[in-house]
Amino acid sequence: MTLYSVIFYALAALILVSTGLAITRRNLVHAVVYLIISFFGSAMLFYLLGAPLLAALEVIIYAGAIMVLFLFIIMMLKVEGFEEPFFPIRQWIPAIGMCLVFIAAGTLMMIGDPDSRIPLKAAVAEPVFFGHYLFRKHWLAIEIVSLLLLIAVVAVLYLGKNAGKKTLR
Amino acid sequence: MMIVPYSHVILLAGILFLMGMFCAVTRRNLIMILLGLEIMLNSGAVAFIGAALRWQHLEGQAIAIFILAIAAAEVSVGLALIVCAYRRKGSIDPGAYN
Repeated sequence: MTLYSVIFYALAALILVSTGLAITRRNLVHAVVYLIISFFGSAMLFYLLGAPLLAALEVIIYAGAIMVLFLFIIMMLKVEGFEEPFFPIRQWIPAIGMCLVFIAAGTLMMIGDPDSRIPLKAAVAEPVFFGHYLFRKHWLAIEIVSLLLLIAVVAVLYLGKNAGKKTLR
Repeated sequence: MMIVPYSHVILLAGILFLMGMFCAVTRRNLIMILLGLEIMLNSGAVAFIGAALRWQHLEGQAIAIFILAIAAAEVSVGLALIVCAYRRKGSIDPGAYN
């Protein structure tokens, strides 16, 4: 057991515990804060698995932008008085059904690939090299994704405008 | 320096995905459903980066970057829809919209 694998298991425990706490919180702000901890853990995991650029982007985009957006919306909508039925029994049946399918597929995949027991060798993708690779091999996909983000901005603006009109009426 | 077997990374990603799916399916709150979707997308990124390390190929990391971008777009549109729905019905319970 090397130092890296100890770090991996510690990070995995951190991620799983904080995500588990996040999905069972009744208070939405607590859930978001636990999820930020989980995403920081994921960022460190990305760094461990040799993706420093993605680790930085995970902190900036996931823990920074997306979670702050969630916090803004939670503060904007006054949802304190909303009593949510907590894990209703009717919802458990589809959840457990999907879990069983997922576990069956996962075990089949593990059994079908015995090579996956070999420990991974540590390697790092330098950000410069990775950026060159991304823009040389995937330039079209980058353009499409940027277009997608632009479309999302337009859609959000449109929705926001319409929502404003509805409240005025 | 060896890290861990690839199957452990996949196991971590799988458990994360299951947690996100549980959150999305069992919670009765639109914001928590969206949070569950975020957890699922993140677990996908973890699996892709583990795969990139296993096959020593950058393709997985490129896909992970696209997952990040799509998560950002998805969450902005989703939250705008939630605000829209909240202004119409005054509730974020998905059962209140039918």
